[in-house]
Amino acid sequence: MSEKDPAPLKPNRPKLELHVPEPTFRPGDTPDFSSLNIPAAGVAPRPDTNAAPTETHPLTTSLVRVLGEDHKAVGAWDPKVDPDTLRKMLKDMVTLRIYDDRMYRAQRQGKTSFYMKATGEEAIAIATAAALDRDDMNFPTYRQQGLLIARGYPLVEMMNQVYSNPGDALKGRQLPIMYSSKEHGFFTISGNLGTQVPQAVGWAMAAAIKGDSRIAMGWTGDGATAEGDFHSAMTFAAVYNVPVILAVVNNQWAISSFSGIAGAERATFAQRAVGYGVAGLRVDGNDALAVYAAVKWAAERARGNGGPTLIEFFTYRAEGHSTSDDPSGYRPATEAKAWPLGDPLERLKAHLIALGEWDEERHQALHAECDATVRAAQKESEKLGILPQQGKHDIGSVFEDVYADLPWNLVEQRKAALEEGRD
Amino acid sequence: MPTMNMIQALNDAHRVAMRADENVVVFGEDAGYFGGVFRVTEGLQREFGKTRAFDAPISEGGIVAAAVGMAAYGLKPVVEIQFADYIYPGYDQIVSEVAKIRYRTAGEWTMPMVIRSPYGGGIFGGQTHSQSPESLFTHIAGLKVVIPSTPRDAKGLLVAAIEDPDPVIFFEPKRIYNGPFDGHHDRPVTPWSKHEASEVPEGHYTIPLGKAEIVREGSDLTVLAYGTMVHVALAAVTEQGIDAEVIDLRTLVPLDIAAIEQSVEKTGRCLIVQEAPRTSGFAAELSALVQERCFYHLEAPVERVTGWDTPYPHAYEWVYFPGPKRMKRALEKVMAD
Repeated sequence: MSEKDPAPLKPNRPKLELHVPEPTFRPGDTPDFSSLNIPAAGVAPRPDTNAAPTETHPLTTSLVRVLGEDHKAVGAWDPKVDPDTLRKMLKDMVTLRIYDDRMYRAQRQGKTSFYMKATGEEAIAIATAAALDRDDMNFPTYRQQGLLIARGYPLVEMMNQVYSNPGDALKGRQLPIMYSSKEHGFFTISGNLGTQVPQAVGWAMAAAIKGDSRIAMGWTGDGATAEGDFHSAMTFAAVYNVPVILAVVNNQWAISSFSGIAGAERATFAQRAVGYGVAGLRVDGNDALAVYAAVKWAAERARGNGGPTLIEFFTYRAEGHSTSDDPSGYRPATEAKAWPLGDPLERLKAHLIALGEWDEERHQALHAECDATVRAAQKESEKLGILPQQGKHDIGSVFEDVYADLPWNLVEQRKAALEEGRD
Repeated sequence: MPTMNMIQALNDAHRVAMRADENVVVFGEDAGYFGGVFRVTEGLQREFGKTRAFDAPISEGGIVAAAVGMAAYGLKPVVEIQFADYIYPGYDQIVSEVAKIRYRTAGEWTMPMVIRSPYGGGIFGGQTHSQSPESLFTHIAGLKVVIPSTPRDAKGLLVAAIEDPDPVIFFEPKRIYNGPFDGHHDRPVTPWSKHEASEVPEGHYTIPLGKAEIVREGSDLTVLAYGTMVHVALAAVTEQGIDAEVIDLRTLVPLDIAAIEQSVEKTGRCLIVQEAPRTSGFAAELSALVQERCFYHLEAPVERVTGWDTPYPHAYEWVYFPGPKRMKRALEKVMAD
């Protein structure tokens, strides 16, 4: 059939329509999340960690929440975390927020090419780090820098990476924030989204093959759940009953595409666990205690050979995707403020105050201390250099680490590059 | 010395490597209990247990990604992609992850693994069981690409690939799994047992990656080939009565450039043979290298024999395949004046 000769319409049939999801609010709209179903804290039941996956499945459409309106921890999911651990989590979150602000500003000042903040999502990585064992392995995305901070990776090292300066452990080869630290159980971040999720499953398969007791956690955003890699990860995790936790950080936005473009209009991301027959939890990601409790639950399950858990952390990306993004072009500027689950840092702080374990004065002191630490680290890192000065001091290093040994073609090309460098 | 076909030699290589290193694990579609559709991994599950040799879901992306995670943990995965034509769902993991992880982490993480896959046509496999995608991998910095042409090489190269600190794409010419092929599809197949290189040493040995082999010494022409085409080329120069030096590259990356230069400088003529489509194939890279490095020794333009720039056509398989007729024309051209 030629293009001039289209198929005749069948008049008795409805015309087919393509549905293109559209977010509820666009720039200029007043965001109103009152129709969002947010169960009260404490109502979600907590199955045994060795329960059948189906027992968790009602939780995939609910929301595990621990911190109530009165800032007290309630319900079966209350992890009963000691105040010192809570204060450590708070400190890490404060540090992360200040760190993000300083590095964002450094990018705006032209000191580096790119930066990505985790604002509004700090509780997720930081409470996870508190809940996992120190030697458990993470395959993170670019918004889990909180894992590194919580595990004590030096801020100077992080900044050296962001500046690609001579202190950068990655020799200036990676885009800022694509950290890597084996020692801190933090796999090298890929800019190709989703690739790390099935890799986490592979790592945990290896741990199971070797009879290890360490587990792995694989991370993705809501947007990249649409990648085939997410499906591979879920399939492999289910098939081999892998000791892995797979986390979907649903911050509602994949650059400018709302979560509906990844399928969220039809089902929650946690519900994907149902089809694979694995445990699934949907968790208030702005509730540090709920995050902690869910990861503890899933880790205990994995360690007991109970298999994988898919956790959706329901949160909101309070700022732009990256320094290259301007969210005012696609969503209301007031949306973050209107987000009904609040600010994770403020919520944890209020909880500690409600417990009588914290107060405004101490918080101000903590903030000042963290601010001083970050500033000192930045000063130290900038002494080693910022991005605009880089890319000259060790041209030959470009050719290292492609392979363990330098093949003849790279030997020749290195020589040519060094000659160019002298021209 | 035992006589083996290429499948048996590859199977033996797995056993040698798995006995030597308990971190070597093998998996792939149908590669566990059954031992693979070409039986290369047969019996590994029996000998090494289910957690070291097992079946994988039909998910090449998942297979490669799982291997990445395992290599990050400290294992040495040797995975089978059932046909090279199926490798594309794993391509992102191979290109963006496997190949680049050593570099992007400045050596903090490395990816020692072997991705094995039967490739090439001449078995009436149609366009989804016949492709030669080697140039899609030789183009990727961080990967090594190995293609054996005999049982003895297959074992030694596979053991070397498994022991290598870097990721190796290991393409197995499936047309010659059971016997060498001279390109005359209308003639009876010769089994490997009639070929000298079917004598495969027992136990551990390696053939170093990056070393070509001169399979026929000669003075009038250099022929560069790999995989099935080594045998097609050997038969063609013999039939045409040309005193050609035939070099089996064995490893495309890293390439044994010294062996190529030495030979072309001696013969002054060069013919490059590949089964893959012509445009942007590995033969194009070889041709450019010979031209750049041996120009003043050349007495004729470098010539290529390749598949056509078409998908592999099922019923017209022998129209596509660069067989004796295409070889003859090219040999006449490169030997003229």
